[in-house]
Amino acid sequence: MQPKYEYLDHTADVGFMAYGATVEALFAHAAEALIEVMTPVKDIEPMEEHHLSVDADDLETLMVRWLNELLYQFETTTLLFGHFQVHEIRNFRLSASCRGEKLDPARHEIRTGIKAVTYHGLYIKEQDDLWESRIFLDI
Amino acid sequence: MASSIVTEKLDDYRWIIPKSGKMRTEGIVYADAAMMKVIRKDASLQQVMNVACLPGIVGRSMAMPDIHWGYGFPIGGVAAFDVEDGIISPGGVGYDINCGVRLMRSDLAVEDIRNRLPALVQALFQNVPCGIGSKRKDLRVSAKQMDDVLKKGARWAAAQGYAQGDDIAYIEAGGCIPGADPKAVSERAYDRGKNQLGTLGSGNHFLEVGTVDHIYDPPAARALGLAEGQLTVMIHTGSRGLGHQICDDYIQLLLRAAGKYKIDLPDKQLCCAPVRSSEARRYLSAMACAANFAFCNRQIIGYWVAETFQEVLRMGPESTGLSLVYDICHNMAKLEDHEVDGRKKSLCVHRKGATLALPPHAESLPERYKTVGQPVLVPGDMGRSSYVLVGTEAGWKETYGSCCHGAGRVLSRKQAKKAAKGRAIVRELEDRGIYVRSAGKSTVAEEMPDAYKDVDTVVDVLHKAGIAKKVAKLKPLGVVKG
Repeated sequence: MQPKYEYLDHTADVGFMAYGATVEALFAHAAEALIEVMTPVKDIEPMEEHHLSVDADDLETLMVRWLNELLYQFETTTLLFGHFQVHEIRNFRLSASCRGEKLDPARHEIRTGIKAVTYHGLYIKEQDDLWESRIFLDI
Repeated sequence: MASSIVTEKLDDYRWIIPKSGKMRTEGIVYADAAMMKVIRKDASLQQVMNVACLPGIVGRSMAMPDIHWGYGFPIGGVAAFDVEDGIISPGGVGYDINCGVRLMRSDLAVEDIRNRLPALVQALFQNVPCGIGSKRKDLRVSAKQMDDVLKKGARWAAAQGYAQGDDIAYIEAGGCIPGADPKAVSERAYDRGKNQLGTLGSGNHFLEVGTVDHIYDPPAARALGLAEGQLTVMIHTGSRGLGHQICDDYIQLLLRAAGKYKIDLPDKQLCCAPVRSSEARRYLSAMACAANFAFCNRQIIGYWVAETFQEVLRMGPESTGLSLVYDICHNMAKLEDHEVDGRKKSLCVHRKGATLALPPHAESLPERYKTVGQPVLVPGDMGRSSYVLVGTEAGWKETYGSCCHGAGRVLSRKQAKKAAKGRAIVRELEDRGIYVRSAGKSTVAEEMPDAYKDVDTVVDVLHKAGIAKKVAKLKPLGVVKG
């Protein structure tokens, strides 16, 4: 079975491939891969639900903005999302329901912080009904 | 990957990447033959070539011996662009604008704290927020104060009392990059930065208690106030979420600008704009804000370190004698005047994972360092050593006064975690006399000594190539990681 995402080897930072049967699923899985770098997603309880929307000029920029939005939410409110429902991506505009909770060092294993989502080597493509994207993070 | 890239050996420490394709100039890598083999394994040489394609590059696209695969620019990359017809690239500075290192000296010897080391490291771990989501409750900055932080940098911290003596004089650029305009900083960047002033962060950031293990250049060491057996503290952090957001904001602006000015980009992350353009000017104003935030961040943390030493060792500041040796940036673009082909030229020098290394008698050096040159701080990994070097006249001419910034990674984080599996890295380090406290479990594995090149060889390359001069070697005793 196609995994939701898999991590890549990058000397200094972290990279991953994300996959999805739809572009919406691709964006949701990329979000999970991002959060998993900071803390295990399985330990994040869906205690709060927030609606996020992001737009951009192209799909790749939309991916960077979407993931950076999640970093922004975490850094400004300590909210960690672990459950993503990306409703629709149309005209490079995304809307999603994100569920999660505030960071609790007693329950959430603290891994590595992420500085940013980069444009380096970034791509999104669809082939044989499978969407895939490669993303590198600055750690 | 990069293994097919042609390089020509110039001498034992210099390798040329000849011009090909869209390269406007050649590349040069400072490394020895053994390091070149490792460097070839990742995409970093391709990144040196990509940088050589950018408009207005003056001289070579350079890579320091700690070069490794970055995003856009290689880490350890140095490139200068003509202010008149060249560009500035936020990707050539990086997300962590003015990530840098601060070295403090003390009047204490290792014996003075030996049995207190665990308590000291534990107290530093508690007093200096590190790891994701941590902050100190007793430091709150209003919006108005934040503007002052962005405009004044370390000088703001000093004015609030976060200072020892005249330490501002021992910070690169006096701890304040001119031209900072808070209006160029987005609300989102403010939001991300306001809770993160006085925090170390995670990843490769650290706080390290060490000792001077060996002196190579006694007169220079004396000028810097360093002596064998002396206790030191090193702090590695940067502009935190504020800088990350500023970089992200301006990458988006400069991606559009690159289209507007018809700049051909080999990698989106290298997006840029002419230095003279309005977009570049705004970026420079915002970058200066982030740089000042970082100077202020290290200044505040340095103060808390000094305070912690006094608390744990029950000594006054005159007994601990903690004071600043130097504080340098290693992710910056600066407008500098250099002599090129016998003529003075204004250049925008990008140093991405590389530091400035001013030669002796440089105007902006503090009086005490005038005869020796600017201290260059090169942290190694947490198990081996770190170095203090000084800039040279030859380096000023050849690399625009640039030097390496660390050991450089050899293992990816994934490989490091695999190599650390089944091993207790913290325990291994403790057996070697190095006490480690870390907020994140995986950080220690990802940052373990084996993940890095041997800093001894990195520093030797630049020393032997005449780019910088070794002064002192430091050994770690205690490390706080995010």
